[in-house]
Amino acid sequence: MAIDAVEVQSAMPNHRSKTIHVTVNGVPRESHVEARTLLVSYLREHLKLTGTHIGCDTGHCGACTVLVDGTPVKSCMFLAVQSDGSEVRSVEGLETGGKLHPVQEGFHKEHGLQCGYCTPGMMMTSVALLAANPNPTEDEIRRGISGNLCRCTGYVNIVKAIQSAAKEMAAAPKGGP
Amino acid sequence: MATAPLGGIGVSVPRKEDARFIRGKGNYVDDVQLPGMLFLDIVRSPYAYAKILAIHKEKTLAVPGVLAVITGKDLEAAKLSWMPTLMSDTQMVLPTDTVMFQGQEVVGVVATDRYAAADGVAAMEIDYEPMTPVIDPFKALDPGAPVLRTDKPGRKDNHIWHWEVGDKDGTAQALKESDVVIKEKIYIPRIHVSSIETCGCVAQVDSMGKLTVWLTTQAPHAIRTVFALVSGLPENQIRIISPDIGGGFGGKVPVYPGYVIAVVAALTTGHPVKFIEDRTGNLTSDSFARDYHIEAEIGATKDGRLTALRVKTLADHGYTDAAANPSKFPAGMFHVITGSYPFKKAFVEVDAVYTNKPPGGIAYRCSFRVTEAVHAIERLIDILAHQLKMDPAEFRLKNFIPPEAFPFPSVLGWTYDSGNYAGALKKAMEIIDYAGLRKEQVEKRKRGELMGIGISSFTEIVGAGPSKDFDILGIKMFDSAEVRIHPTGKVLARFGTKSQGQGHETTYAQILAEELGIPVEGISVEEGDTDTAPYGLGTYASRSTPTAGAAAVIAARKIREKGAKIAAHLLEVSPDDIEWVDHKFQVKGVPGKSKTMADVAFAAYTNHPQGMEAGLEAVDYYDPPNMTYPFGSYIAVVDIDKETGQIKTRRFVAVDDCGTIINPMIVDGQIHGGLTMGFAPSMLEEIQYDADGNNKATSFLEYLLPTAVETPHWETAKTTTPSPHHPIGAKGVGESATVGAPPAFVNAVVDALEPYGVTNIDIPLSSYKIWQAIHSKDPP
Repeated sequence: MAIDAVEVQSAMPNHRSKTIHVTVNGVPRESHVEARTLLVSYLREHLKLTGTHIGCDTGHCGACTVLVDGTPVKSCMFLAVQSDGSEVRSVEGLETGGKLHPVQEGFHKEHGLQCGYCTPGMMMTSVALLAANPNPTEDEIRRGISGNLCRCTGYVNIVKAIQSAAKEMAAAPKGGP
Repeated sequence: MATAPLGGIGVSVPRKEDARFIRGKGNYVDDVQLPGMLFLDIVRSPYAYAKILAIHKEKTLAVPGVLAVITGKDLEAAKLSWMPTLMSDTQMVLPTDTVMFQGQEVVGVVATDRYAAADGVAAMEIDYEPMTPVIDPFKALDPGAPVLRTDKPGRKDNHIWHWEVGDKDGTAQALKESDVVIKEKIYIPRIHVSSIETCGCVAQVDSMGKLTVWLTTQAPHAIRTVFALVSGLPENQIRIISPDIGGGFGGKVPVYPGYVIAVVAALTTGHPVKFIEDRTGNLTSDSFARDYHIEAEIGATKDGRLTALRVKTLADHGYTDAAANPSKFPAGMFHVITGSYPFKKAFVEVDAVYTNKPPGGIAYRCSFRVTEAVHAIERLIDILAHQLKMDPAEFRLKNFIPPEAFPFPSVLGWTYDSGNYAGALKKAMEIIDYAGLRKEQVEKRKRGELMGIGISSFTEIVGAGPSKDFDILGIKMFDSAEVRIHPTGKVLARFGTKSQGQGHETTYAQILAEELGIPVEGISVEEGDTDTAPYGLGTYASRSTPTAGAAAVIAARKIREKGAKIAAHLLEVSPDDIEWVDHKFQVKGVPGKSKTMADVAFAAYTNHPQGMEAGLEAVDYYDPPNMTYPFGSYIAVVDIDKETGQIKTRRFVAVDDCGTIINPMIVDGQIHGGLTMGFAPSMLEEIQYDADGNNKATSFLEYLLPTAVETPHWETAKTTTPSPHHPIGAKGVGESATVGAPPAFVNAVVDALEPYGVTNIDIPLSSYKIWQAIHSKDPP
């Protein structure tokens, strides 16, 4: 195996790059990214926010779900440049001021996670679901999370976790998390 | 024994590991980032069977960021182009001249990052000469079939092995003498575990030549030994770290070629190298499960007593036998196929065959071929009951092994530890109102509506296993716990197993809390680092609680033995006067005179008796005296739309008995997940190949994992029949539901279709298959 001296930098001179301005979990960022960089790669590799996971590369499993301006997107199907000028929220942005988000509390309390791999994406979808529908029925929850696959839990306790979060958020004063 | 303040056995303690997962702070293999780390991507074969004529590296090497191309010829020079499988067969790391299945790893491309590596893969040009593949396992045995493993000198056919157990002639005679014999062909299709995290690794060689591999593995210690034997590196120079694992289900037991290529790349470049499969690579090349073609006969007397069972099976292993069974059992625990019934005669034979498909034969959340066995027996029982015009519940209750017969020696050589099969079935029937459902079904049938009720009363065999019978490549299947109590009474415990979502950090801590009297919060559990954890065979086949869980108990009891001596010293009595009561060391008959484990721990480092070794720790390598036999009864109720063939699961009640329950919340979670992975292949999942060997399920667009919408609403309940030989009576629970659920679904659907004379439909139960079954016959 003939291998020349290795210079390890993601230079990729062949590909166009662009400067983007994104607010990630409340922190304004200015980043230089290759045009083809996926949002998930930008979060994981550039910003070292590894809580967002990759599960299928084709938009089916939802492990990579983050919120872009409040809308859940599958960040393995979304270019970083598409988030230019947007607010991106990932799992790392759920806990505020040392206080867990009710969705995080719910997943813990109701045993809504096992291996934890789908969990960040599942929780981000749940946050968006509850923002749009603060008091969902079980069927609405099941349909709402049907873009996120979980191989461990059988979804029973994820549904309970979201119901628990809905209850807690309804009880919290307005302007809460 | 409920000990809420301690968080001991029987308490639904919230999981300790959640703290990092809900914050996105888990540490999975792909999260490992090292300075100078390179990325490995893999060029895969588009053909199922082809000669490699030429590999043109130039365009790939010209891609910016690409640093190296690794071929089978390169590996051959280092004698690394082949590796052994866990079943003592051989598997290509990279091919030198022939590809054996579509999706096979052909060339490794190493680049500065994964985008550049993917560019390199896209630029690769390889000339192939396609050959006619052997896809049908039955045709693979034809005398004229091309011999696939020409690498093996003298090989004249594609037959891998024949394995049989039982009384062949006696079974034939008993079937001949039976009043009723039914025969059925059942195919358990090829499926894939598809954990949401794919497989991968990061390999690093440090300045002292030590190799560290962060690896998606369920069995880090065994992998270290295999790496040492294959690579020739000294075992102390290899460290395997299995960090957080995003689901395993058996798929992360084997060593895959990509791992070996990554290690070679790290050794060659001197840089850390990461390899992470994409989903297509995962679905097309990682170990499959099942793929058993079963032909079975079952006999009974006319009054409904079971007589004999004969099973002949063809196992399609792909191009190499890379199953992950204990070495002595090439068909795993398939001979638990007599199930929950006291057959007097049985005979089972399995023949394994090579085809141009990826290797495997691993579990899919089950203990070594138990799902195939349970599927067959629970289907046959149902078909026989219908044939005899007996209610399938009544038929089972009449034939179950009775509770007083345990320990029960099965005719095929297992000794079932404990059970109360009728208890579980009756409980399920009561919860679901079985009698009411049967009445409703009669009414619906009169109206031409299709409703079915299906039962599965399964017996599992888990906890491998006793060293006299169980080893993998010679390594005995014990498991281990190492428990240290620090001076302030806090505990560090390390295990030879590796959680992949099962919650070991919580449940092992609960076992120790109960045994040591130290609250669960003060007990840290670590697994997965071969430099620190004691040697063990890992987590699969529901073995962690039966083996390492038992080791935790024994280690804790060893600590209590020493602790009693320290307590006696502190209390100024003889050690014989100390007893362990209410989680404390107490002077016999004097409740006020006692010392806690924390008191004793402090003294173990500050004030231990003269002549005694300081410290308070113990290690145990637990060799289980027997397997454990969890069981349960499941009942499914389905409604079928005649016009579309669509199945709606109206209710599903699962009554499980896993012996002593450590954490009821976690056990229920395991059952929910297990049921969903029983539902998945029953209704949706299958990996099919066309005649050219093209894999027809290469992404989640074709390989359908159930979402929250399709997944039924599970109803769970328990009975508790402790294992007599496990130190706390626990049996293991991670896989019961995946094993038990499929025949309940099929039995329910076939029951619904009884008016059409249907006796079997192979899973997955697609609407199209159901529609065909309905419309191929005249309506009743």
